[in-house]
Amino acid sequence: MSGVRVLVGTRKGAFVLTSDGKRTKWDVSGPHFAGWELYHLKGSLADPNRIYASQTSGWFGQIIQRSDDGGKTWHQPGTPPGEPAPAPGAMPKGDSNKFAYDTSEKTGKPLTTHQFYDGKQHPWEFKRVWHLEPSLTDPDTVYAGVEDAALFRSTDGAKSWHELSGLRGHGTGPKWQPGAGGMCLHTIVLDPGNPQRIFVAISAAGAFRSDDAGKTWRPINRGLKSQYIPDPEAEIGHCVHRIALHPSRPNVLFMQKHWDVMRTDNAGDSWTEVSGNLPTDFGFVIDVHAHEPDTVYVVPIKSDGEHFPLDGKLRVYRSRTGGNEWEALVKGLPQSDCYVNVLRDAMAVDSLDKCGVYFGTTGGQVYASADAGDSWAPIVRDLPAVLSVEVQTLP
Amino acid sequence: MIRVVLPPHLRGLARISGEVQLDITGAATQRAVVDALEAQYPMLRGTIRDHITQQRRPFLRFFACEEDLSHESPDAPLPDAVVSGKEPLLIIGAIAGG
Repeated sequence: MSGVRVLVGTRKGAFVLTSDGKRTKWDVSGPHFAGWELYHLKGSLADPNRIYASQTSGWFGQIIQRSDDGGKTWHQPGTPPGEPAPAPGAMPKGDSNKFAYDTSEKTGKPLTTHQFYDGKQHPWEFKRVWHLEPSLTDPDTVYAGVEDAALFRSTDGAKSWHELSGLRGHGTGPKWQPGAGGMCLHTIVLDPGNPQRIFVAISAAGAFRSDDAGKTWRPINRGLKSQYIPDPEAEIGHCVHRIALHPSRPNVLFMQKHWDVMRTDNAGDSWTEVSGNLPTDFGFVIDVHAHEPDTVYVVPIKSDGEHFPLDGKLRVYRSRTGGNEWEALVKGLPQSDCYVNVLRDAMAVDSLDKCGVYFGTTGGQVYASADAGDSWAPIVRDLPAVLSVEVQTLP
Repeated sequence: MIRVVLPPHLRGLARISGEVQLDITGAATQRAVVDALEAQYPMLRGTIRDHITQQRRPFLRFFACEEDLSHESPDAPLPDAVVSGKEPLLIIGAIAGG
């Protein structure tokens, strides 16, 4: 019988929530990596037992974890527990946690600094991995979006990482500057119809696209308008929060920007606003129904100064028209005194016949809908603050 | 034999309990201890000192014999009581919220 596995990253560990296809009874395992921040976990489409996790800490730095059995056991790639230390001259272990920016003579020269809060140039400094995106076809290939913003790729199951430095080096890198949460590459979207095409988003630089598997890049921010920057239609400097697409229509992308919900029909060459009748168009998450390319979900948040739902009512908004016309989904969600946030990586959809939708809150709830958003119920309600939610649909 | 006490997060990462005991060849310094620790437990690489700069992470401190050794040179000799194994070298996560 088919089922689902929900991967939840929180401020103090990871949790794995599993259910059969009915999605009414849940098993909860965790906390895995108790006490650590789990920014993101994501499973491979090519091998559902393969899951990658970003475990991080302000004290102890970045750890990459991998599971090869669907989240039951974990290890640092290249350093299985109990294995003896490497012989002298052998490939050093612990490299799975090493994210070294490309400073090579050939490509490193223009990559040394970016703009800082004070307007001066500042060296790139690795802090953490925000997002892990496994290849759609190869379980051993995985991309990592990091802070300070850069894109890394591993082709050996996360044992080692190499920067795709064409992104930082394409020309606008020195003008990027951090948002309030740091200068992070938080969104990676792989085009299922074109393995050469990758989309990424960076706060607060904007969205970028590669058409040659990550070698070269260009900004795709035309049509975005951000009132708080000197040139509201600048090529870069936009605070993109999240991008999502439907696999059957990869040239159509939906974006939750800092303010504004946006849509492109030409793979980012130009964007138009589709906020329509949303009560507020600030927010973080956005996702697309698994079977209906024009059905889109957002969770409106009051403002950038008040990171909680409007009027204390937690409402998911759904558009069945590809934007502009939105309906509030409230059944089963708290409609008074609710002041949680839903962070950018904390929404996902499954691909069962009746699409399931999931999101997690900074209050520690993970809500699930087994009917495409018509009704909701909490799977868990007292976890640490939720940073990310991903779901795997299991055979 | 040098004794090292790790913070709970790193003990969990290395899947160990209690103190770590290390044999150091040559001068017993902070650098030599962390080198030996990382060789024995490669999963700890990057967690005590940065992968690239090899600098001690800002929120980690080295204590021994009731003294803060964090700002000593990594190549300075450790106290005799640590070298003899009478006292452990404590690697401590700073109290800094969370």
